[in-house]
Amino acid sequence: MSEAKSEKEKRKIQSEKKMRDIMTAYYIDAKTARQNNKKVAWITSGGPVEPLIAMDIIPVYPENHGAMIGASKMGVDLCEKAEAMGYSNDLCSYARSDISCATVNGGPIGGLPEPDMLVCCNNICGTVLKWYEVQARYFNIPLFIFDTPFCHTEYTKEAKRYVERQIGEYVAFLEGVCGRKMDQDRMKDVGRISFEGQKLWQEVLDTAVNKPSPMTAFDAFFHLALIVTLRGTQQTIDYYQGLLAEMKDRIRDGIGAIAQEKYRLLWDNLPIWYRMKWLSKKFAEHDACLVADTYTSAWCGAMKYIDENKFLDSMAEAYSRIYLNIGVDEMARMVIAMIDKYQVDGFVLHSNRSCKPYSLGQFDIQRIVEKERNIPCLMIEADMVDERSFSESQISTRIDAFMEIIKDRKKGRA
Amino acid sequence: MITAGIDIGSITAKAALVENGKILGTKVTFTGYNAEAAGRKVYEDVLADSGLEASAVGKIVSTGYGRNSVKFADRTFTEIMAHAAGANFLKPEVRTIIDIGGQDSKAIALDERGKVKNFVMNDKCAAGTGRFLEVMARALEVDLDEFGAMSLQSGTPSKISSLCTVFAESEVISLIARGEQRFDIIAGIHESIAARISSMIARVGLTEPVMITGGVARNAGVVAALEGKLGVKIAVLPSAQVNGAIGAAILASSL
Repeated sequence: MSEAKSEKEKRKIQSEKKMRDIMTAYYIDAKTARQNNKKVAWITSGGPVEPLIAMDIIPVYPENHGAMIGASKMGVDLCEKAEAMGYSNDLCSYARSDISCATVNGGPIGGLPEPDMLVCCNNICGTVLKWYEVQARYFNIPLFIFDTPFCHTEYTKEAKRYVERQIGEYVAFLEGVCGRKMDQDRMKDVGRISFEGQKLWQEVLDTAVNKPSPMTAFDAFFHLALIVTLRGTQQTIDYYQGLLAEMKDRIRDGIGAIAQEKYRLLWDNLPIWYRMKWLSKKFAEHDACLVADTYTSAWCGAMKYIDENKFLDSMAEAYSRIYLNIGVDEMARMVIAMIDKYQVDGFVLHSNRSCKPYSLGQFDIQRIVEKERNIPCLMIEADMVDERSFSESQISTRIDAFMEIIKDRKKGRA
Repeated sequence: MITAGIDIGSITAKAALVENGKILGTKVTFTGYNAEAAGRKVYEDVLADSGLEASAVGKIVSTGYGRNSVKFADRTFTEIMAHAAGANFLKPEVRTIIDIGGQDSKAIALDERGKVKNFVMNDKCAAGTGRFLEVMARALEVDLDEFGAMSLQSGTPSKISSLCTVFAESEVISLIARGEQRFDIIAGIHESIAARISSMIARVGLTEPVMITGGVARNAGVVAALEGKLGVKIAVLPSAQVNGAIGAAILASSL
């Protein structure tokens, strides 16, 4: 018993506690913003947050909140509330939970702090446009829409000019709401810090190339919170430096994320927040470690377009070319690069009822991966927050069968 | 060595005994609400039918939705592996399996060695499964066993467009009210199942020869509709319903 406990203790990532403390402090700060004469902006997960940090505006993420709602299994209740308000159950479950939560201040933290402004960037989906318009009407506050055209094959000259023009408008919008000018030197610092944070996050994710991997994608889903919410702050850098050091220690000491890593898998799409434990246990029982995913790397996947010394100018391209705003061929290329980099034996795709832009091209991506890399692929139909779309015995059978195929193939090859 | 395979499906429980590449016996019973009891019962029945004692059986593999409730099994496999093993044993040249059971349907692609290459299962929805047919049989007041023969009399199948079992049932009821022939409606139901299965087949890729397994294989109307839709001949073995149990027994022999 005590041996089993210490075994579990050994695998526990120590930085987790620090992360919880940081997130708690962050939400307390955000919730007490009014008392401290600070402004709060709600912003989409892929939105350009750095100008907010530079203006001392506290960014708050309804999507991060949605993940918390999902993880604490409060999604169904809030989704049903939204449906009672008249929203279709085909609408994204983050949107449904956020829209209904704002009216009742429910969820795990009693609702988000009321926003002073909204910043909506459509590089992650089109739903956010209507979602943020709904909230702008509900709170009667200004909304800024940062429009990033879809990059089917390339980022055209016209798109470049169009997006860059909006950066000026965005800064002017923030200055208008706050009634003061942006400090350009501060903005430059924030840009550099943001870039540094993304680099560190990528380095953390890179440690998973090690066999056994010191972390799983489920860990990444958790530690992701800072690069999403506090990108551009020093504490993000400090935290990821600590986490990176811990991962390196684990590699040195041969500590893997799961007891026995025999098979390595890649995950696609958002997590199934309310089933993280179940899924991680299910895969671990098969000695399978989800070593990487396409989701958490989205917050450092466009670094090559950033010039850290000209952050504001170059962020236009970086924010336009994130994973969800590019064509399926390009996505498949990125998936295949990850399959090679992390040396995975199989590819698990979560077909997420909520997230259409993420799920739409999955059949094609699966076909391309099967053709190019000939590894088994598994499609799981579920939803990130709405548990009503999760069928345990169906998914359990699919995972078992998928693992049987992987084991069979590895045995055949050995 | 004698080995046993037990396949606990959502509607029926199946058992098979195999020895040295020979099937000694098979049995089908209803699963009912207690999967564990159904597993024990179908196993005892197949032993009794074959005049064997439990002690004569070397290894037991369970499969199907209730695979984990068969506590006396040595190992479990998913029905995907079991159906592949069964097909490979009975008809080694098969490259595509269509399995239509009580609550789910699958398309399984096999490689040149008869191993599972890929599979697709129905979404969280019972349309295109045995349960779907049961609901329709009740609405039409026709014995499900007559569905196949009746639908083959139809020249103009009715159109069933709903993807949901419940909505399809009300669609059927309105077709009855409109005075459409029963056999046309039944043929339409089979067409709608065939359409659903065909899109799953398209996802794994259709390679001949094709074989159908699971209880719904007994319905000649569904098989005919599928053959029409896919444009291929589909092999139906008399053992189609117990194919998973036979496959499980085969898998047990290599434990």
